[in-house]
Amino acid sequence: MTETVQRPSHLSTSSVMDIKLEAINVNAFFGKTQALRDVSLTIEKNHVVAIIGPSGCGKSTFLRCINRMHEVAGGTMNGSILLDGEDIYENDPVNLRRRVGMVFQKPNPFPTMSIFDNVAAGLRLNGMASKNHIADRVERSLRQAALWNEVKDSLSKSGMSLSGGQQQRLCIARALAVNPDVLLMDEPASALDPISTAKIEELIYELKKNYTIVIVTHNMQQAARVSDRTAFFYLGELIEYDITKKIFTMPSIKQTEEYVTGRFG
Amino acid sequence: MERHFQHELESVKTTLIKMGSVVEENMSFAIQSLFEQKSELAQQVTESDIRVNSLEIEIDNAIVDLLALQQPVASDLRFIIAAQKINNDLERIGDHAVNIAESSLTLNKEGKLGTLLEIPTMAQTTRLMLRHALDSFILLDPKLARSVLESDDQIDELNRLMTNEVIELIRTDKRSIESGLELIRISRNLERVADMATNIAEEVIFHTQAKVVKHHAENQKQQNTL
Repeated sequence: MTETVQRPSHLSTSSVMDIKLEAINVNAFFGKTQALRDVSLTIEKNHVVAIIGPSGCGKSTFLRCINRMHEVAGGTMNGSILLDGEDIYENDPVNLRRRVGMVFQKPNPFPTMSIFDNVAAGLRLNGMASKNHIADRVERSLRQAALWNEVKDSLSKSGMSLSGGQQQRLCIARALAVNPDVLLMDEPASALDPISTAKIEELIYELKKNYTIVIVTHNMQQAARVSDRTAFFYLGELIEYDITKKIFTMPSIKQTEEYVTGRFG
Repeated sequence: MERHFQHELESVKTTLIKMGSVVEENMSFAIQSLFEQKSELAQQVTESDIRVNSLEIEIDNAIVDLLALQQPVASDLRFIIAAQKINNDLERIGDHAVNIAESSLTLNKEGKLGTLLEIPTMAQTTRLMLRHALDSFILLDPKLARSVLESDDQIDELNRLMTNEVIELIRTDKRSIESGLELIRISRNLERVADMATNIAEEVIFHTQAKVVKHHAENQKQQNTL
């Protein structure tokens, strides 16, 4: 259960930013282990925010808190996460996860479904489109995921027949089909070859015109290439959060400098 | 597959071309102000140099962004390295244009010598070198770039000749000391512009052919392998 907490002074509401997501004093726990400590940050609409940091720093935990997926692994949190100013705990989690979609590290198309049905699954489950409109929505989503041209003549084939990079784009299309506001991506390209990785990165660049994206990546260079802002986490704490150019040219905190220059540890 | 940062690389190139255009114009005005004794042109050069300096900073910042955020490799990396050096060379040429303009103002006040000695030849050759160097960058033409390298020795020789000729002139007429010194100053500035144009051409060759030709490195390498 969350408590309503005082917004930290550096998160002034007088800002002219169009804020999509806001984390306020978020602490997360798995049993007695505290995975996140007092994390506060704001994410603007149609921005890409990259979360970087060493293994075990809380990157994925923070990501999963945004759409309450941490609860699936038995996690709890206190503090607040606001989506369009509304606390995520005031939302039904199913509806929240429709609005805040997720793409995982390992591509996970539904193995028994065709390409078409993989994308349509979310629409059907949510009752979001009539039979007539499903085909249009599937095509639109596959186009948005830059996959349509590669699969348009084989939509009835199994989702598993695609390459790794194509499967990941299929998963992105599946998330986009239900019209999310936000896309969470947990190391979406780490299992892919360099060309597929480049395609995913270009896709992120295009998608941010319509969506707000939060991406966890252990690849700092990827964070530099794709994001508008970067958050550096260490041992569950947010160490530094700033525009990406500043993080990678003149970070304010010594720890950040040491991490991005590879001198950490 | 086109990457979005290619637009940013193109943008750096476009801005450099714009800067080159301003610098060329400034050189042209500086020389014209000398030949036609038009002080207002010299003044224009000094004012326009502010724009050149501003473009240099803009390009520097764009290059830092690209290096930090996009980690370019291969030909993209060579382009960025070449662009940074060309940026610096163009800014220096802009400064030399201002120096020539200032000398022109001084000479116009005092009434210049009857002859400009080797200055007209040097000015014409230097301007052509700069034009060809910039064209070779726009067109990515290493052959054109190499033609620029061949002219540099001529300018160096003319600069040496200028010093001797001015000394001779001063010997004949001691009233021409100040004018003579301004002419030597102009000659040295033109010689430096020719050096910068050569640098730009060398960077084009590095970018297009991945060859280092500065300091006659290419000849040295051939000699070492013989």
